[in-house]
Amino acid sequence: MTADTSTIDAVAAGEFEHPDPIANQAFGFWLYIMSDLVLFAAIFATYAVLAHNYAGGPTGKDLFYLPYAFGETMLLLFSSTTYGLAMLATHKAKRGVAMTWLTVTFLLGLGFVSMEIHEFHHLILNGNGPERSGFLSAFFTLVGTHGTHVAFGLIWMAVMMGQLITKGLTPPVQSRLIRLGIFWHFLDIVWVGVFTVVYLMGVM
Amino acid sequence: MNQTVIDSAGASRGSFKSYASGFILSIVLTAMAFLLVMQGWGLPRWAVLSGILGAAVVQILVHLHYFLHLDTSSEVHWNVVALVFTVLIIILFVGGTLWIMSSLNYRMM
Repeated sequence: MTADTSTIDAVAAGEFEHPDPIANQAFGFWLYIMSDLVLFAAIFATYAVLAHNYAGGPTGKDLFYLPYAFGETMLLLFSSTTYGLAMLATHKAKRGVAMTWLTVTFLLGLGFVSMEIHEFHHLILNGNGPERSGFLSAFFTLVGTHGTHVAFGLIWMAVMMGQLITKGLTPPVQSRLIRLGIFWHFLDIVWVGVFTVVYLMGVM
Repeated sequence: MNQTVIDSAGASRGSFKSYASGFILSIVLTAMAFLLVMQGWGLPRWAVLSGILGAAVVQILVHLHYFLHLDTSSEVHWNVVALVFTVLIIILFVGGTLWIMSSLNYRMM
């Protein structure tokens, strides 16, 4: 209740007179994220339907090694946290600290993508590519779509690190970092669904 | 009280405490889910399945709250509304797909 009252006081004081463009941009991006969530839901539904269509090929139990998936999960979770620490640094206008945490986040994300490419490469070399069975087609589509998102997030992050050096912490840069943060945390949420539905349920 | 920035859609309302809490809770929930499947402890299949699905749902809520800073406050009201609507669509989408495909599978056996 106190929070409500203070908001009304703040409005009365004219503090929120102008609509905040950064808040509007973040909300617009949030709506895009919601549509991306629907895209992932469609791919998850496809995977759930095809998950047991092995066509005489290998099952999740034969292919997945859980400690490896756990490692990927940890990389993404650490990167989500370090991104948060980078955001905290930008609020305090500490550009160098933000830069350090963004670099750490980038390397953790790169580690995740590398592990995934290695896994895909290994599967394809052993004849277990997407053409092997309905299960593997759905697996490559779901995990690959998530991995592609992470890869594009990394490109975005590299661009933002460049802008942090050349432009500094200007409001537009701050706004882009907020949106990249939403994207990055969202990808970690999708991964929670992936490791549960694909890896854990696949091995059960 | 002393909020000077109107923040939205998360990311800027974080504090060290919120990221640290989210991180620790997520690690515990992830480790729990992997241990449930890898160790099993002789639990029946349905118990393991509900355990990992429950851990996933809780972890998603943890991420939404501690990393994306969604709560019941007015600043993120429309973010929450958009999310709830999207979740409704996803339930119809995924639930409907599984229902109709399993029914089709059953009838064609």
